[in-house]
Amino acid sequence: MPITIEIPTAFRRFTEGAPKIDSGALTVAEALNDLTAKYPSLSRHVRDEQGQIRQFLNVYLNEEDIRFLGGETCPLKDGDRVLLVPSIAGG
Amino acid sequence: MKEIHYLRCRECGKKFANAPCSFCEECFAPLEVSYDYETLRRVVHRESMRDRAFNMWRYSEFLPLPDGFVPSLPIGGTPLVKSRRFAERLGVKNIYFKNDAVCFPTLSFKDRVVATALVAARRFGFDTIGCSSTGNLANAVAAQGTQQGFETCVFVPADLEPVKILNSAVYGARIIRINGNYDHVNRLCTQIADKFRWGLVNVNLRPYYAEGSKTHGFEIAEQLGWELPDNVVVPMAGGSLIGKIAKAFCELAHLGWVEPKQVKFFGAQATGCSPIADGVKRGLPRFQPQKPNTIARSLAIGNPADGPFALRLIRESGGWAEDLSDPEIIDAIKLLAETEGIFGETAGGVTAGVAAKLIEQGRIGRDETTVVCITGNGLKTTDAIAADFPAQEAIEPRLEAFEALLEQHLQRSASAQPTHA
Repeated sequence: MPITIEIPTAFRRFTEGAPKIDSGALTVAEALNDLTAKYPSLSRHVRDEQGQIRQFLNVYLNEEDIRFLGGETCPLKDGDRVLLVPSIAGG
Repeated sequence: MKEIHYLRCRECGKKFANAPCSFCEECFAPLEVSYDYETLRRVVHRESMRDRAFNMWRYSEFLPLPDGFVPSLPIGGTPLVKSRRFAERLGVKNIYFKNDAVCFPTLSFKDRVVATALVAARRFGFDTIGCSSTGNLANAVAAQGTQQGFETCVFVPADLEPVKILNSAVYGARIIRINGNYDHVNRLCTQIADKFRWGLVNVNLRPYYAEGSKTHGFEIAEQLGWELPDNVVVPMAGGSLIGKIAKAFCELAHLGWVEPKQVKFFGAQATGCSPIADGVKRGLPRFQPQKPNTIARSLAIGNPADGPFALRLIRESGGWAEDLSDPEIIDAIKLLAETEGIFGETAGGVTAGVAAKLIEQGRIGRDETTVVCITGNGLKTTDAIAADFPAQEAIEPRLEAFEALLEQHLQRSASAQPTHA
């Protein structure tokens, strides 16, 4: 079974409306690369000019922020969910 | 009058029409409300304030409100207390406490932000409103939401202080307890706002919500006689308030209501949840999120949405950030209560204690004017300090029993005095 990348509504205008995609990625970084390879116009919204994940975009592996899992190199296993969530809420 | 406010991206500057949206569709950075300041300059003057009641609505033109808006509750207008004994103890001349622990109606500064958020909720046609909250915001949303006839639903971490849950439930709001910390609650709310047509005040209504915080800053400037302080010490959870006080000061200076001044902004956090303070102290380009573990539950946001802006503001203003351990927070709550008669919640202890620390470090000058922001009431966080105040033994209602007790107390305090050779 592959992993799933879940896409927030704000990004779906770049994904032809798709709410999620499947991927065979082995790490979070590969998953993000799969996503932006499939939808190139999403690239600059996911990563900044230095290639870092944008400051206002949070990436979760299942329930956990990937920054607590060693960042985007953390490995994936079958059935994992990668979530992209704009980080503009709260306080 | 034509509407003079609109949304603007805080990073790329792109302008957007008013809508229940909190991030830029181009770069996904947060949106904030901006104004046509030239029109603002014409329609409101400092003198206009003279005839207005002292509450947050006196600054209506600086808030995202529709033309002809009539407020229903007198929110804000809290005291700015000039310190005597706290200042003496630290050897400081001019220190003030801005006391939102007595903000109407729910005893925290969150009453201000909810007020402007609900105006936006009404305008955008939401029937159901809600929030993710560490407690104070839920209280404010519950009180004002139900009072204004909205379906009201608040999301809180399951282990929140029972008092804060009760203080939301009593208004008839629906409480959803989430197994997780605030950051989990917040993520869920972001997904709910994405899927349901609900007005979540600190998610899709966040630009309008955050503007309410400016009134805390406007009041400080006005209460200082239309002058800006040298320093402000602000508690940081999501990191929004500190930036909005700065925005309020900038707007007043821009309109010529106060002399422009380089105010230093100091951020206060609990050591058990200090991502912004840690970023400042270690000089990090980006803060590192943390797993909160502190009694200062209202500041327990490990992944603060406005953290990047707070970090930048503190650095650029020449300020600093500090943090306090849980025992230090309890000591500071007591110090504030004993010296100023203000019972602040745990976040109030954090702010007061951090102010003391910054003065002792010399980062805040003893001759400067400093405002310390107390943003919530100690009655909401009694659990944190209850163990320090065990119940006293009761005595019989007889004078001799009282005299015996007094004698006991005198002996105890005598034995507590240091002995001199």
